[in-house]
Formats: sequence, structure tokens, C-alpha cells
Amino acid sequence: MKLSRRTFVGTGLAAASMSAPMLHAASEGRPKVVVIGGGAGGATAARYIAKDSAGEIDVTLVEPSRSYYTCFFSNLYLGGFRDLQSIAHSYGRLAAEYGINVVHDWATGIDRDAKTVSLAGGGTLPYDRLILSPGIDFVDGSVPGWDISAQNAMPHAYKAGSQTQLLKAQIEAMPEGGTFVMIAPPNPYRCPPGPYERISMVAHVLTATNPTAKILIVDPKEKFSKQALFEEGWQKHYTGMIERIGPDFGGQNVSVDPGAMRVDIDGEIVEADVVNVIPAQQAGHICAAAGLTEGGWAPVNGHDMTSRMDEAIHILGDATNQGDMPKSAFSANSQAKVAAMAVRGALTGARVFPAKFSNTCWSLIDTEDGVKVGATYEATDEKIAKVDGFISQTGEDAALRKQTFEESLGWYKGITTDMFG
Amino acid sequence: MTARALAAFLIALTPAGAGAEEEARAIGDAGRGAVLFEQCSGCHEVGPGAENGIGPHLNGIFDRKAGAVTGFFYSKALERAAADGLIWDLEHLDAYLENPKALVTGTRMSFRGIASSRDRSDVLAYLRRYSDDPQNIPEAAPTARAREVDLSAEVLALVGDAEYGAYLSSECTTCHQQDGSDAGIPSITRWPVEDFVIAMHAYKRKLRPHPVMQMMAGRLSDEEIAALAAYFAEAR
Repeated sequence: MKLSRRTFVGTGLAAASMSAPMLHAASEGRPKVVVIGGGAGGATAARYIAKDSAGEIDVTLVEPSRSYYTCFFSNLYLGGFRDLQSIAHSYGRLAAEYGINVVHDWATGIDRDAKTVSLAGGGTLPYDRLILSPGIDFVDGSVPGWDISAQNAMPHAYKAGSQTQLLKAQIEAMPEGGTFVMIAPPNPYRCPPGPYERISMVAHVLTATNPTAKILIVDPKEKFSKQALFEEGWQKHYTGMIERIGPDFGGQNVSVDPGAMRVDIDGEIVEADVVNVIPAQQAGHICAAAGLTEGGWAPVNGHDMTSRMDEAIHILGDATNQGDMPKSAFSANSQAKVAAMAVRGALTGARVFPAKFSNTCWSLIDTEDGVKVGATYEATDEKIAKVDGFISQTGEDAALRKQTFEESLGWYKGITTDMFG
Repeated sequence: MTARALAAFLIALTPAGAGAEEEARAIGDAGRGAVLFEQCSGCHEVGPGAENGIGPHLNGIFDRKAGAVTGFFYSKALERAAADGLIWDLEHLDAYLENPKALVTGTRMSFRGIASSRDRSDVLAYLRRYSDDPQNIPEAAPTARAREVDLSAEVLALVGDAEYGAYLSSECTTCHQQDGSDAGIPSITRWPVEDFVIAMHAYKRKLRPHPVMQMMAGRLSDEEIAALAAYFAEAR
């Protein structure tokens, strides 16, 4: 029970933690949990708290979108392997079956002293525990010439939905033999293999519809996730179509002109037909606004996912700086379960077990050619530390790659059910 | 003998407190390792801008093939070890630091070695800072040591804590469907306890081949496997 003790250090309630009902700020009625962000972290946390507390905790989920498009599998939509509707989810079951108060609004601020969240629509929500899972926002000026107002000319498509649709339409409208350019992001960023799976999917579409087209990746990083697997697959399926310019050749020195559809790579001008700019990233703005960030990300304690700045706030997923876990939906979902357990422990005295985390990232390279990488993690006092892992191997046979792809379909169904009920 | 009686019989043979919870540990104290590294820094550089000197620079050494730094002239012995498949993972780096010539006879690294395992761990924790971060490249080497898990025949007899199993199961249901359907990923609900336990131990011992399941099962203690079996036997 080391963990539950840790949770209560400083509250003076340690001795009572396992038996007596907890005191909470909203002293009338049930303890209140507010969750900001309805993605893989927030939706999972809301559902687990509501489900496992069986009505003892009042859960409110704040999420602006009524239809949530998962970033994971949005590349498969670009490649023509899924339709957009198949990656859209609503919050109906969380409200109807789990009794979660789903509020479709923007959370605009957090008053940490009063323990309230203010909404763009004018309301205020009090909380005993706040769960913050806002995902990422982009760093202004990280790709000179690009800002959010240029996202129609040069889409990021790194938050799924209309941006993904736009990018797909642009790829389909490319002239014969045209040029697709991706500006890849610097570390750390959401979904380490994501940009390279996207390249695979774009190459898959172009190979079928526009085989003389070219794909250029401008990359500030020396190395990237699953590099050997992607490069082997690109060589095998899309020979000669994809070129990557790394930092040795000026990949970190890039600017764009969205009006003229030009990309300047270390002084060399490229005329492009589609430019996918994936800028540098940071925690969703509300984290910084609430004073919960350091160097752009929100540091957390891996034992219970509480903010290092505020023990009443748990932060999940891409927005956090937690240690070794990659920024992925799987990670956020995994972290959400640890946070949900800690919150129930704190508010209702439920049993608390040691934190365990895991992650697996599947990527699709071409039809039925799936690969994966994964690891297990545990909390140390310093961070969430990687303990063990595995990765698909180069040269695997087609049957194994097909099985890996089918596994990813099963995972999609599993995790979206885990999030949305 | 019924399964229950067998279970009772085997429980009696299990020493009390076996398989007690032990969490992963950080490799070592990197701050202390930085100081200890001073005995290496005459020959090796590490960190931003590190270059080869008498010895190769040590950036990115974790999980790298031995003898692979461009522009460094290695001994024949180290080249031979590299050709044999020596990878600088935590275990081999630790062995090399303890006694270089015991791992690679004929290495030019003339260093007596570090006898204290704590000192070696601290140096390795320091060096680990300058290798790939798993956050950015998920396949990068671990930054913590796994806890030790011992296996014994008695594990089948453990009676699982279903409540603990319910928490642990949340890790399974990210992939395995809660309604028991088996599209793409097998169903794991409603298994007889013993079948479940045997399957998990087969993954843990890497007898069953699936890498995700080997990894997931690999860090579960005997009690945790029993807890999961107890939970999933009743899950619907």
C-alpha cells in the first residue's frame, strides 16, 4: 500500500486513507471529478472512474467535439484502408450507460486555488480532482512561414478530422508526376512512427493512382522510430518514390511559403503540390495557462499521474512529460487507468495497486504489411521508466505481417471500446 | 485428487511471502555516475559534441552493435566480438565494465574494471542519458532494470485476488475485447483458471511465441497471473 500512502502524504489523512470517507471541497453530495479532453486519456479515465466507482463519484467530461476522430488509424483513412466514419466516435454511451455528465464546450481556464474550471460557454465546474488530457498544440514559428492560418494551404492533419479530409483531397488532386512534401517534426511529438506511417500510406495511394509522383520528407531528426522497418518497406513496395532529407543535408533548416506553395530546404527551393507541415509540439495550451508546464510539457509523478505542480490535478497522455513512454493513444489509455485508480483511492478509499504501464504502436506499411513496437513501463520516483520491449524484425514473412495488421484492427476495436464504452 | 485439494496441497508447499512485490529499479544514480566517469574521461568522451579520442565516443552506445563507431580503429579482438554479434545492451556493458578482458580477450581498453556493482550501475545510468530516449524512439533500450521474477511449480495453486485482477485486466482490455469477441485478437474471457495460468506462464517463459504477450506476461508475478485468471474466469 505504498502508493496510497504516497497519494496522501501532505494531506494529513494518511491514517484514514483506507477506511474513512474522504473530505472533499464540494462538501455536499458526491465527490466531483472533472475531466478535460475526451481522447484516449480523458475518455478512458472518465469511463473507468464512473464504472468502477459505481455512482459514488460525480464525473464530468469536457470535450468540445461531438464527433471525435481518432488520430490513430487516420493514416489508414489517408491510404484508403478505412473510411472517415469508421474512425468517428460519439460520447453517447459514456453519458447514457456510465452516467457521465458530458459537456461539449471548451475549458478556457483553471482556478487551482478555488478548484474550478471555467468554460467558454460561461459555466464554472468545481472539482475535487481534475484530470487534464488536452493532447498537443503546435509551437508557433517552429516552421518559419507557417502558422495555423496556413493550415488550409498546407495542412498538418495531426489532429484528426477535417484536416485529414483536406490532406486526402489534396493528395488525390495532385497533378501527374507531382511532388508531396512532408515537414516532419522534431522530438518529442505525438505518435513517433506516425509521420512515417503516413508517408507509407501516401506512397500506397500514389503508387496506384499517380506512380510518377515524388515524396520528399524534410526531417530535422537523425533517426526515427521503426526506421529500419519503414526503409525496408519503402524500398520493397515504393521503389524510388520516397526521398528523405535528414539534418546532415539541411533537413532542420526549412521554411515554407504557403501562398506560392514553395518549400525552402537549406536554401534550395522546391515547388510542391502538397505540403504536409507537422510543426513542433507542446502540451495543450490549457496546461501552460494553468501554470502546469515546464519547457512546454506538463511534468507528472508516474506513481499516480499527478502534476508535479499540483497534487489535485492528474495529467495524461501527449501533454505530459513523464519519462520514457512515447506520446501515443495506447500510452494515454494506459496512464488513464493508473490515474483513475489513484483518484478512486483518494476520493472513496478504493484499493490502490502499484502503477503499471504499457504501450504498443502498430504501423501499416502497405496492404497487409503491418509492423509493431512496444514496451512495458513502471513508475520510479524519478519518472516512468522503460523495463522491457520488442519490435518487429526486418525480413519477416508475409503471413506474420498480415497477422500483425489484423492484430491492429483488433486493438482498434479494443481501445475504442475501452474509451467510449 | 480434485483440483481444489491439489491446490491446497500445493499451497502448503509454497514458502510464505514468495513472489513478493518488487518494483522496477532505475539503472543507477546518474549524478554519482557522472563523477565516477572521470576515471574514463581520459580516453572516452560522451555528451553533446563528443568525439573519438584514445577510445571511441560513447554517445548512443546502448543497444548499439559493438565496434560500430565510424572513424574509430578497433582492435581485432573487438571486431571479432562484433562479428559474433556482441551488442552493447545493459547486461554486456555491465560485464565489460566489470572486467573488459573477461568479455573481450585482447581488447585495447586497458582498464582494470570496476568491481563494485553499484558503481557500475551508476556509471551506466550516466551513460544511458546520451543514448536514444524511448519516448522518441520506442525501441530504444530500457532505462530501468526489470524486477526479478522466480518461477516454481507451485504457482498453479495460488488463489488469485480477483479485485487486483480487475485492475490488472485494464491493461489487457486495451487490446482484448471485453465482450469476448475475437476479431484480430483472441478472446480471453471465461477461461478456466488453470488454462489461463498455464498459458500466461508459457508466454512468460517465452515458450509461446507472441512478442507482445511475452512482454506483458514477462513482468507479471505469479500472484498477478493468478489474480488475472481469477478475474477473467468470471468476466463477461
